[in-house]
Amino acid sequence: MSVRHALLALLSEGPKYGLQLREEFEANTGQVWPLNVGQVYTTLQRLERDGLVVATGDGEELEPGPQKAYRITDAGSAELAQWLRVPPDLSTPPRDDLVMKVLIAVRVPGTDVSEVIQAHRRYLIQLMQEWTRLKEDDKGSDLAFSLVVDSELFRLDSVIRWLDAAEGRLRRALADGWTPAQAAAVTAGTGLPTRPKTGVRR
Amino acid sequence: MTVLELRSVSKVYGRGAAEVQALRDVSLTVAAGEMVAVMGPSGSGKSSLLTIAGTLEEPTSGAVFVNGKDTLRMSGGARSRIRRRTIGYVFQDFNLLPGLTAAENVSLPLELDGASMRKAHLAALKALEELGLGDRARHFPDQMSGGERQRVAIARAVVGERRLLLADEPSGALDSANGEAVMRLIHTYCKRGVAAVVVTHDAQLASWAGRVVFLRDGRVVDQTAAPAGPESLLEQPS
Repeated sequence: MSVRHALLALLSEGPKYGLQLREEFEANTGQVWPLNVGQVYTTLQRLERDGLVVATGDGEELEPGPQKAYRITDAGSAELAQWLRVPPDLSTPPRDDLVMKVLIAVRVPGTDVSEVIQAHRRYLIQLMQEWTRLKEDDKGSDLAFSLVVDSELFRLDSVIRWLDAAEGRLRRALADGWTPAQAAAVTAGTGLPTRPKTGVRR
Repeated sequence: MTVLELRSVSKVYGRGAAEVQALRDVSLTVAAGEMVAVMGPSGSGKSSLLTIAGTLEEPTSGAVFVNGKDTLRMSGGARSRIRRRTIGYVFQDFNLLPGLTAAENVSLPLELDGASMRKAHLAALKALEELGLGDRARHFPDQMSGGERQRVAIARAVVGERRLLLADEPSGALDSANGEAVMRLIHTYCKRGVAAVVVTHDAQLASWAGRVVFLRDGRVVDQTAAPAGPESLLEQPS
């Protein structure tokens, strides 16, 4: 997550103090990602160094006092606009512990893979129930919060769907006479299959 | 108070080589105010569980209690009365009668149960208004969107103080916003004391339920633990 660009976005609304930025950041992410004040100030210093924000000078302060307020520069606005449109790099599959556990469960003789899958499925559904309960209490009045909760629900849902698909695939393989020993033979030495280069331009 | 209890229910379809064991020794209790989701892949017995819970089908063995009454030991007439008065059904494809308006679809179960047309109509209008469909009362199903049709189907399922709502993939044919609206409605009725069983393969829908039961090959293999407070999610360290 880019704290840097989130702060630029908040400053694009007008000059703000560091503490104010932290509060607004948390409010705008539905309180899901806490941010400490130190992170805010180091990020602001880097943004200033890169010419994307400036500390407002004497006489320009929002209120008189020891705190510095920051203002976005034209370069900062251009950087923000650019960042919004560049897709994040999703081309490399993340190292996913759950995927690893299922792949390994398939290889370990005597493992009831369905039971392993179900343990993960139950945990994921329980997490989804908790997120849904938050949504239920919120009634959709906080748009940022609803967006964050939806995103988390879809993410967890996709993992469950993968588990469902994995279980289906495993059952079909077992019905076709597949055994865990074969899994060990196929993956030995090579580990995961190498990912083909897609050449998709980001 | 327990509204629905399945006690060691098994269901076998066909005989000999064609025999299919749809449910194996399934026990499930649903209390008033509780929403239970039943999840499982297709062929796991979800729909059989629902039709048996709704007394639309009899189990091969086991017992089905609704409001504490053994539905297999009552007369056909008494069972029909329970279906009309106590149980509401919601289906994936809505199952509204196309020749009837929204209000007529909703009032039909009350009229079948002997309510006067006027009384049934007023109850139907009230139910539709609650679901934000007051202005749709005179519309026919084909004049409404999928989301509206499913809300009418829910109104029909809960009209007249019914205590048990049985839903089979209730938002299977809807987009995610309408699916969520349907689950919110069912949830609202549960808060008022209705017991609901929602059968689905969709985790997002299932997560509206207080308890999720997992079905595999006709057997209950697992269920979720008692819910933790939602606060736990927001207190994780960054």
